[in-house]
Amino acid sequence: MTELPNPQPKPGWREWLLTDAPASRGQARAAAWYAGWLALRGNTLAMFGLLVLLFLILCALFAPLLASQDPFVQDLGARLLPPGSEGYIFGTDSLGRDIYSRLLYGARISLYIVALVALVAPLLGLIIGTIAGYAGGWVDVVLMRFTDIFLAFPRLILALAFVAALGAGIENAVLAISLTAWPPYARIARAETLTIRNSDYIHAIRLQGAGPVRIITRHVWPLCISSLVIRVTLDMAGIILTAAGLGFLGLGAQPPSPEWGAMVSEGRKYILDHWWVATIPGLAIFAISLAFNLLGDGLRDVLDPKESKS
Amino acid sequence: MSEISQTRDGQQGLAVPPWLKKLVATLLTVAVTLLGLLFVTFMIGRVMPIDPVLAVIGERATQAQYDAAFKELGLDKSLLEQFLIYVRDVLSGDFGKSIRTGQEVTTDIARVFPATLELATLGTVIGIVLGVPLGVMAAVYRGSWIDQLARFVGLIGYSMPIFWLGLVGLLIFYGILDWVEGPGRLGVFYQGLVPERTGLLLVDSAIAGDWTVFKNAFGHIILPASLLGYYSLAYISRMTRSFMLEQLNSEYVTTARVKGLSERKVIWRHAFRNIRIQLITVIALAYANLLEGSVLTEIIFAWPGLGSYITTSLLANDMNSVLGGTVVIGTIFVALNIFSDLLYRVFDPRAK
Repeated sequence: MTELPNPQPKPGWREWLLTDAPASRGQARAAAWYAGWLALRGNTLAMFGLLVLLFLILCALFAPLLASQDPFVQDLGARLLPPGSEGYIFGTDSLGRDIYSRLLYGARISLYIVALVALVAPLLGLIIGTIAGYAGGWVDVVLMRFTDIFLAFPRLILALAFVAALGAGIENAVLAISLTAWPPYARIARAETLTIRNSDYIHAIRLQGAGPVRIITRHVWPLCISSLVIRVTLDMAGIILTAAGLGFLGLGAQPPSPEWGAMVSEGRKYILDHWWVATIPGLAIFAISLAFNLLGDGLRDVLDPKESKS
Repeated sequence: MSEISQTRDGQQGLAVPPWLKKLVATLLTVAVTLLGLLFVTFMIGRVMPIDPVLAVIGERATQAQYDAAFKELGLDKSLLEQFLIYVRDVLSGDFGKSIRTGQEVTTDIARVFPATLELATLGTVIGIVLGVPLGVMAAVYRGSWIDQLARFVGLIGYSMPIFWLGLVGLLIFYGILDWVEGPGRLGVFYQGLVPERTGLLLVDSAIAGDWTVFKNAFGHIILPASLLGYYSLAYISRMTRSFMLEQLNSEYVTTARVKGLSERKVIWRHAFRNIRIQLITVIALAYANLLEGSVLTEIIFAWPGLGSYITTSLLANDMNSVLGGTVVIGTIFVALNIFSDLLYRVFDPRAK
C-alpha cells in the first residue's frame, strides 16, 4: 500500500501524499489510501493481525520449501511422536505423518477456501442487492423476501444440508458456505443502491442514454465496494471457522488432504493420550481467524468511523 | 390472503387498531418465510445425487418393485405437486421415515430434542449470568482493565473453533484435572433410574428427588454448557456494552447524576432499565445461535441431541432425517426472531 507511484519526486513522497491540496484525482486517491494506512498502522492489534496473515500467506506460498517431510507420506514406525522429536517439530499423527509439514500445506487449503468464498459470496450479494435496489417494485420485494428466507436459516445447518446434497469436498464446501453467506452482502448492497439511485449523477448518466446494466455495473457497483470489503474482512474469521467445522465433520476436504479441521477430527480419538495431534492444528485455525478478526476490526475503524465509536 | 382483505375492509368501516395490522403483517411474513424454508429444503432433497427410491427398496429390487415404489413416493407427479404434498405432510408433522433408525423422523426428533434444549438453555443461562454484568461493567469503566477483559473474551470467542475448544476442555477438565464427567449425558450406571417426564435430565432427576443422578447429569452437562455459554457470553457482553454506552452518554443519565443519585442507582435503575428490551432481543438471538452451535459441540461430547442426529444421518445419507432436523431448527430460529421482534414492538413505546 505504501509503494505508490510518485510522479513528483522532489518534495519527497510523504509530503506528496500528505498534501492538503492534491493536484490530481490520482494524488487525492493515493493520499486517502495513505491516510488510511497511517491510521491502520497506529492500531497495534490490527498490525499484529496483518503480520500473522502475511506470515501464513508466506507459509502457504513456500510450503514445499519449508516442509521438512512429505505431508502425505506415512511412516507407521514413527506414529504419534510427541512435539520436539527429532525431525518432527510438532510431532506426528496416527499414521506417522509430520504435523508441521501438513500444517504448511493445510494453510494453502484454508486460504484457498477463504479467498474463493470471499469472491463468490459478496459478488452474489452484490448482484442480487443492486438489482433489487435499482429495480425497486416487485423485483425488490421478491428478491429481498428471498434474502430474508436465507437469512432466517441457521448458517451451519444450511451449509450442512447443501453439502449433503452436493457431496463432500472442498469445492462443494466453498459453494455451500457461499450460498449461506451472501444475504448480508445483498442487504448492504441494496441499502447503498437505494441511496445512490436517486442522486443527480445517476440521473445525468441516464439522460445520456446509459442502460440499467451499464448504470449498475459501472456506476453503482464501485460505490458499494468499500462497505462490502469491510464486511468481508469481518466475515473472514467466520468463513474459516465454518470451513473448519465442515472439515471436522468430514464434509469438507477429504482425507488424506491436510485440511486443519479434518486434522483436528483425526486427532480427536487420541486427545487424552496424544494431545498434540488435535491441539496443534486447532491452534492454527485459531491463529488465522484471530488474525482476520483483529485486521477486520482495525479496517472497520479506519474505513467506517461511524461504527467505531462504541 | 383472506386476512389482507379483512384488514382492508376494516379500514373503510371499523377502525382496525394498528397493532392488529402489524400482527397480520408479521404473521404473513412468518408464513412466507416458513414456506420458503420448506422450499429450500425440498429443493435440496430433490437435487441430491442419492436416488430416493433405491434408498427405500434397496439395490436388489426388480424393475416392477422400483416402479411401484417410484409411484408410491409420488415421484411421478409434477415438481409443484410434490412440493405441495411435502408442505402438507410437514404441516401435519410428517417428515417421512428415517432410513437409519427405521422410525418416523418426528418420533426421532421428539426423542433427541430435549437433550439439545437442555444444553442450549443452560448455555444461554451461563452466558446471561456472566455476560450481562461483564458488558455493563465494561461500559461503565470504559477503557479500564475490565473493558479490556471483555474485549479479550469476545475476541477469543469469535476466533476459537468451538470443536477444538471442546476437545481441549475435555483434555484439561476431564483427562487431566478430572473435575467433570466425560462425554455423553449420563454415566452407564445411572441410565434409566429416574422416570422420564420432560426429557430434560436435570429437571427429571430433580422432580424424582434423585440427587445422585442429578449430580452425575450435572457433571456431564456442565462442560459443554459452559463452552456454549462462553460463546453466547462473548456476544451478549459485546452487545450489552454498546447498548449501555449509548445510554450512559445520554442526557438523562447526566441529569440523574446531577440530582445526586448514587452511581449504582444511575447504572441499574436508570440506564440498565432502558436496555432491557434490546437485551432480550440479543438473548433470543444468542439462544437461536446456540441451538445451531450445539451441532459441533454435541459431536465432541457424544451428546445425543438434534445436532448429533442431523450429522449422523447426514453421514448415513438419510435425507429425511437431515431435512426434518433442518426444518425444525430453522423454524425455531424464525420463531425466536419473530418473538424478539414482537417483544420490541410491544414493550418499546417508541416503536408504536
